This record gives sequence, C-alpha cells and structure tokens, in this order.
Amino acid sequence: MSRPRIATVWLDGCSGCHMSLIDLDERILDIFGRADLVYGPLVDVKVFPENVDVCLVEGAVSSVDDLERIKTVRERTKTLIAFGDCAVTSNVPGMRNPIGVEPLLKRAYLENVDINPMIPNRIVPQLLPTSQPVNRFVDVDIFLPGCPPHADLIYTLLDDLLSGRTPSVAGARFGR
Amino acid sequence: MTVYTLKIDGRDVAGSEGQSIMDVAEENGIDIPGLCHLPGIHDRGACRLCVVKIGGSPRLAAACVTRIAEGMDVVAHDEELEEYRRAATEMMFLERNHVCAVCVANNHCELQELSADLGMTHFELPRISPTVDVDLSHKLFGLDHNRCILCLRCVRVCDEIEGAHVWDVMHRGLETRIQADMGVDWGDSATCTSCGKCVQVCPTGALFEKGRPVAAGTRDERPFLPWLRVHQEERGL
Amino acid sequence: MSEQPAAARPVRHRAAVATPAGETRASAYVCEAASCMSAQAHDITVNLAAQCAAAGLTDVMVKRVGCLGLCAAGPLVEIPQTGELFAQVKPGDLGGLITALKSVKPGATPKPQGPFFEKQLRVATENMGRVDPESLEDYIGRGGYEALQRVLADMTSTEVREVVSQSGLRGRGGAGYPTALKWTTVAKAEGKQKYVICNADEGDPGAFMDRSVLESDPFRILEGMAIAAFAVHATEGYIYCRAEYPLAVARLRTAIRLAQRAGFLGANIADTSFTFDVQVRLGAGAFVCGEETALIASVEGKRGTPRPRPPYPAVEGLYGCPTLINNVETFANVPAILRKGADWYASIGLGKSRGTKVFALAGRIVNTGLVEVPMGMTLREIIYDIGGGIIDGRPFKAVQTGGPSGGCIPADYLDSPVSYETLIDLGSFMGSGGMIVMDDTSCMVDVARYFQDFCRDESCGKCVPCRVGTTQLWMLLDKICRGQASLADLDQLERLAKVVQKMSLCGLGQGAPNPIFSTLRYFRDEYLAHIVDKRCPAGVCEIVRLPDARPLDAQPTEVPA
Repeated sequence: MSRPRIATVWLDGCSGCHMSLIDLDERILDIFGRADLVYGPLVDVKVFPENVDVCLVEGAVSSVDDLERIKTVRERTKTLIAFGDCAVTSNVPGMRNPIGVEPLLKRAYLENVDINPMIPNRIVPQLLPTSQPVNRFVDVDIFLPGCPPHADLIYTLLDDLLSGRTPSVAGARFGR
Repeated sequence: MTVYTLKIDGRDVAGSEGQSIMDVAEENGIDIPGLCHLPGIHDRGACRLCVVKIGGSPRLAAACVTRIAEGMDVVAHDEELEEYRRAATEMMFLERNHVCAVCVANNHCELQELSADLGMTHFELPRISPTVDVDLSHKLFGLDHNRCILCLRCVRVCDEIEGAHVWDVMHRGLETRIQADMGVDWGDSATCTSCGKCVQVCPTGALFEKGRPVAAGTRDERPFLPWLRVHQEERGL
Repeated sequence: MSEQPAAARPVRHRAAVATPAGETRASAYVCEAASCMSAQAHDITVNLAAQCAAAGLTDVMVKRVGCLGLCAAGPLVEIPQTGELFAQVKPGDLGGLITALKSVKPGATPKPQGPFFEKQLRVATENMGRVDPESLEDYIGRGGYEALQRVLADMTSTEVREVVSQSGLRGRGGAGYPTALKWTTVAKAEGKQKYVICNADEGDPGAFMDRSVLESDPFRILEGMAIAAFAVHATEGYIYCRAEYPLAVARLRTAIRLAQRAGFLGANIADTSFTFDVQVRLGAGAFVCGEETALIASVEGKRGTPRPRPPYPAVEGLYGCPTLINNVETFANVPAILRKGADWYASIGLGKSRGTKVFALAGRIVNTGLVEVPMGMTLREIIYDIGGGIIDGRPFKAVQTGGPSGGCIPADYLDSPVSYETLIDLGSFMGSGGMIVMDDTSCMVDVARYFQDFCRDESCGKCVPCRVGTTQLWMLLDKICRGQASLADLDQLERLAKVVQKMSLCGLGQGAPNPIFSTLRYFRDEYLAHIVDKRCPAGVCEIVRLPDARPLDAQPTEVPA
C-alpha cells in the first residue's frame, strides 16, 4: 500500500498555522515518517497534485486565485481540513468585509502611501467582494479552529488520521 | 419558607420558593449556560442559551427567569437543546464582527469559552458583517460595538448596583445598540462615575480597559470592587 | 400605513350635518372612516348638506357614519331607505345623489345590496356605517349602553363572566384564548389595583379591522371595556392605540369625553358604585408592542420590549398589578353578548370557535374591504361570494392569513371552514384577521421573503434568535429569490427556521418562521424552481444571471486602477 499523501495550502492567512505545524518539532519526523508531504509552502512543487489524502488549508478565501485553488484542492483531496481560524471563520481577513474592497484598497495603496501611490492591478489576483471561510465555497471534512491551532491538536488530528482512528479536534477553540 | 423538590436532568434537587431553575441548578453543580445571566442583577431571559424543557411542554423556558415549582421535571441538557444552544451561539458570533484572535478579551471571553464548551468548530451561516462603531472617548475605558452581544449586563449593573443608569438601549433589531446617557459619546456622559463595573461584567470584549494589549490577563485575577478603588487611585481620580 | 392628512384633521362633534326638524324621509350616510376620508369624504358631507339645503330638501338627513365596508370603492355614500350605495363619489359632483334623495318615497323598503353585504353577519361591526361615531345619542339609539346598564343593575361580576364563558367568546387578537378564562384569572388574582387594557396596536400588514371599529363605533369599545372592568374588578383602563391611526385616536378621545360627561365613564357609572375610567396611550409604531408584555412596558413609559411569561399579565401586568388585556374586536363583541345573551352568540360558529370574525380583505381581490362573517364560513365563500373573486378573473393562488406569524393557504383548501382550529391545521393562524389574497402573479418565495423582512425590521432586538435569526432567514430567502442558492441552503433554511421558532422569547420571533413553513409545505416546487432551475415561476423575482457559474459573493471585484 502506498504511503498517505499530505498537502498543505496557504490561502489568505498569516502563515501562523504553518508555523504551528512546524512547532510539532520532533513529532514532524513521526508524522512524515508515515506519510509523504506532497505539496505546500514547505515543499517546492508548483502544481497541486492529484490523489491527495489529507490537505490542511490555512487562510480564508479572499481572491479569485484563492477560489480557483480551493476548488482544485477540493477536487483532488479526500479529507480537506480547514486549518485555523482564517480558514474556519475568515477571522482577520474577514475584518475587511464591512469596509468593502474599493475603500480598502484606496486606504491601503493610495491614502497611506507617500511614494508612487497606485492600486496594484497586474499580476496580483483580483479580490472577491468579501473574504469568506473555506466552507462557504467547498465542502470541508474537518474544522480545526484556533489562531493558530496548537501543535498538540495538529499532532493528535494527523495521528488519528494516519492511524485510521476517528479524527478528534477535542479542545480546539476559536482564538488563542 | 417553602421548599420545593424537583428534578433537573433526572437528579433530585431542592430549592426554596421564588428561586429560579438557574439558581437551583447552580447550587447543585448543574451547569446551564447563560450569557445575559449574572448573579446579583436581575435576569431578563434574553440570550436564550439557558432554555430548558419543563415537563412535557413543547414550549422551552428560560431557566434564569422561570421560578421553580414542586414536582417540576426539568431537562437542561439533551441533544436537541445543545443544538439550539449552538445555533444561538453561532448567531451571536455572526451578528457583529467577532474576531477572537485580535480581541482584547481573547482567552477570557465568555462567548469564546461557551463555543468551546459546546464543541463548536465552525459556522454554517454567513457573517452579517455590519459596520459598527468603536467609542474610545472615555479616559479609561473603550466600547467596541463589534463585540457587543447585547446581554445588557452593563445596563443592569450600572442601574442596579452603581445606581448611575448611564447605559441604556437604542434602536431595535440588528440596529440595537447600547448607548451612554441619551446617545452621547461615553466620554461626554454626565452620569458616568468611571467605576468600571460595566467593564468588569462584560462577557466579551465589548467594554474594555484601555491600554491593555490583546488578550492580556484575565478578569478573574482582579477582585471586583478593590480593584476598582486601586485603579482609580492609580489614575488619580 | 402612511398618515392620512384628511383623517388627521380634528373633527368637530355634531350628530349630523343636516337634521330635519320633522320626519326624516331620506338620509344620506357618508362614510367618514380613514379610507374614504383620504378621498375627501368630509367635503362630500359638507357639500351634500349645503346642496340639500339649497334644493329645499328639508326632510333629508345628511349624516357622517363609520366604515361602510367596501373600502376599495370609496368614497361611499349610502341611502339606507333604498339600500342604494353610491361608490367613488366626487365632492364636486353630487347631482346624482341629490336626484336619488329627492325620489325616495316615504316608507320605502331597502333593496338587497348584494352578496358582499348579505352574506355577512355583523356583531362586532353591527353599528359600523349606521351610527355617527361621534354621537353618543346615535349609539344609544342602536341599543348602546343597554348591556352595561343591565350588568350594573342586575348582575354580579361572576354572572357576567359566566355569560361570557357560555358564549364561547375567544380572544380576537389571534391566539384565541378563551376570554372568560382570562377574565376569571384577573378577577381572582390578588392586587389592590387592577387594570383593563384594550390592545389597539394593530400592526399586521393588510389588517385594518381594529382601526375601522375604533373609527366607526368607539363607544362600543368603551362599553365593552367597562363591562370587562366590572367583571374583573378593575377601575382603570387604557386603550393602547398606534399613533398611525390619528382618526381612531381623535374619535376615541371624543367618545371618552362624551361618555364621561354622560356618566358612562368615571365615578359612579349609571348611578351605581362602579367606577371606571379610560385613558388613551399612543404607540410609537413598533409592531412588537402588540405583544402584551411589550405593550405593558410601553404603557408604563418603558422601552417596548417583551418579557418572558409567566408571570402572565393577568397575574402580574401593568405596574405589577393584575391586568386584563383584550383586543379591540374582543371588546366589541362583549356588549352584544350581554345584550342578546350567551345562547344567541354561542349558536353562531363552528366547533370551539363561536361567534363571528371580522376580516380585512386585501390583495388581489375585487372587494377590498372589511367584512364580518360567522366562524365556519369557508374561504371560498369569503373570497369569492363576499370578496367578489380575484381581480381580472385571474386564478387564485393562496390566501395569507394571520399576518407575519401566519401562513399561506393554497387553492386546494378553499372549501375549508374558517376557525381557529382549522387554520392552525392548515399551517396558518387566525391572527387579528387580515386576509391577503394572492393570484398567479405572486411568487410564494418572494412572499415569504417579504414577511421575513417585516419581522426582521420589527424585531425589538432583545433576544438573539429573533434579532439575528430573522435576518439570517431573510438572507437565505433573498439568496433563493435571486437564484443564488443551493439545496444545502434550503436545508439550512428549514433548520434555522425551527431554531428561531423554538428559541425566541415572544410571539414575534416564535411566529416569524411560519410564512416559511407554510410556503414550504404547499409551494415547495416554487422554492425548487428558484434553486434548481434558477427561475421564478411567477416571474416576480429578479434572478441574477452571472457571466460565469460562480455565485454572487464569488464574483471578482473590479477596482479602478
């Protein structure tokens, strides 16, 4: 039997959840001794692969690009985990929602900029009207809230999944 | 004094006439959640988290405002009630802009704790994301309407304990806001005594002490009135 | 309802504009209720009296009366001697009326007026369109205050409650709680002061029964309240009327003044030891103040929000005292029951729903207006025989009863009799008596969205499930209407509706999901058409069609460079 394939995805988030993943410390060796890390910010692979068993998605869906990526992830992943508060509730990225995209960009790129103020409109993906949690667009199998989720919780969850137990997120909560 | 015996979640308990189901449950170590409930001030039955089933009645009753009666058979916990409580808690989170990660009350917020107790891991419904104000006009304290769940503990503690009645409610529905005096900025309130009771009782981060970083400390570390006195002396009030 | 400037005008008391010195050969009854008043009905009264005088018609009476019922055809003038009803009368063109008045023969018998009038049975509205609402003499002339005088002279309070109990009268505000049971609770409750409150905070969309009763026959409410006060040992009363009803308020105040002057209100009523006085309190337009605990808070001068019951107002009400709260129509039935007897009243009706019910017909119906029918009449009789059917002969689709807490009843159930029980079985509610008739130009999802928008706007904000839940429900319905929803959203809608119904503090929130439940029950296919086929069968909803398949909140935002 082939080894389980784990991927991680970084959408609109601060990467703190990935830092928490690294905080598994020596337990990383245990997890990735039993599974392959096939995609993510920690891996130099450009295209999200097929046949992913578990994918940890950090961050909210805020741009056209995020949306396309999460759809691809969903299509190619068996167990999709909304990983951390931004993916679960839209959290900090969602704080822009009452403001609206245009006033937000003006504030960030025109009003608060001294040299060559301009709204970037090339290369960077267009924003969606609001920043939304992952489950507003695709089905999510497991929610692991926390800002960030504690490394122990991540370990328990991945260990459960790799050992074929019913995955537990007991003790997880919004915020810290 | 008449003593009544009743059942809560199948346990035989006793209480005196006039006590609420919530009171008796608390005395017997049965935890019924509630965010508008605070011992010492009047109950209003508004957050609906403490709803229980009584007898076979199809109508749910708020435990905080329902007085006990002889032979009452109360169900305070079952799968259906937990589901309703989760739904009500979800509604509170989605109503305004609760972002636990950057909230002054992170880690000592009753709403956050409640969501963990109820095992909530996510929301099914969308956030409403209204634009609401933050009032930082008071010297010592701030009011962030983004975090307010309208439990009105502040209104009641100010009226019933401090006797100042600074806080009241304006508008209705989703527009409902707590207001100081007749809608002035908190800092301009002629009646506020800066006692801080409202800040102390706020279950979330809506009312907070200025100058403290996100998630700093917990309220439990500060005994109620002595803290207020020391604090006021420190600030030269 | 918007304010009617004409109706807001202060009205001077007089029995009739033109009163013959001798025998009255002919009369003209001019409807001066709010609807006709807004179309210059008062000018008709004044001009008609002047023209009668100019034409030398000294044996003609010109009288202002309350609602003549057929509001859609107003302004209305009736010649009772012949039964002729003049519709859409113009103040500047009264020639036809003058001619008709001239030709009335003494001792004429009125012609039949058609099914709109003849299929009705008027009890609460028996004086409506007959008496001058600002004339105590007129009211007494039609049997007014007979009941109160008999009660005070010959009966004990227990006997009065017994009569009401035997009549089978139930609360006409909507829930249908047995009136006598409530009265007995108040009578037996301990308290040194007791109050009677008349709930005239009518707020359901499409409902105007209470307004018409108050505008047309205000003394009747005062008499009903006085009888109730006697039966429950109360000495003070309040009428809580919404400020959007200025004419009703003006006429109530006039009636109170006249009744006080004549000794029917105040100390020692009808020379007995019974004392009872009434004040008017104005509501500031919050729908929730029709809920009895919110109403009481508002009368006390507090923010009009409900509180959990028990304790019920009958035990702890206004200022903590036992308080009887009944709706306008309930009080309007009381004098007739005591005058004509419990057996007579109980002989009308169906099953546990005795007596009559006033309905306000509105929507896509020919005869928009106010009708009173015996309980048990079928919806078909009310809508087709009395209401004249659907405008332009279009197909009937549904009738909405019970206001925002009610439901929509489809054509399959047109032959159901109308009673408290049958309406609940059909997933609706009697409510205060609004009936909004809809044809195939109404989209039922849009109707559900409309009522949800109403509840969301009117939520007082006290409890979480109503404050937030009604908005979330509205957002889901809006999403469905715009063709943006999935079947998962429909599941979500049903789940959330249940939560709002079970968890809300008062009737507003508990009833708010009812329009959703009833439209899902009878018109699920319309929901599915919006969700699956992305179309609105009635052609009402604007389906948002997008360039790509992504839903609205997933469309990229164009931002200027």
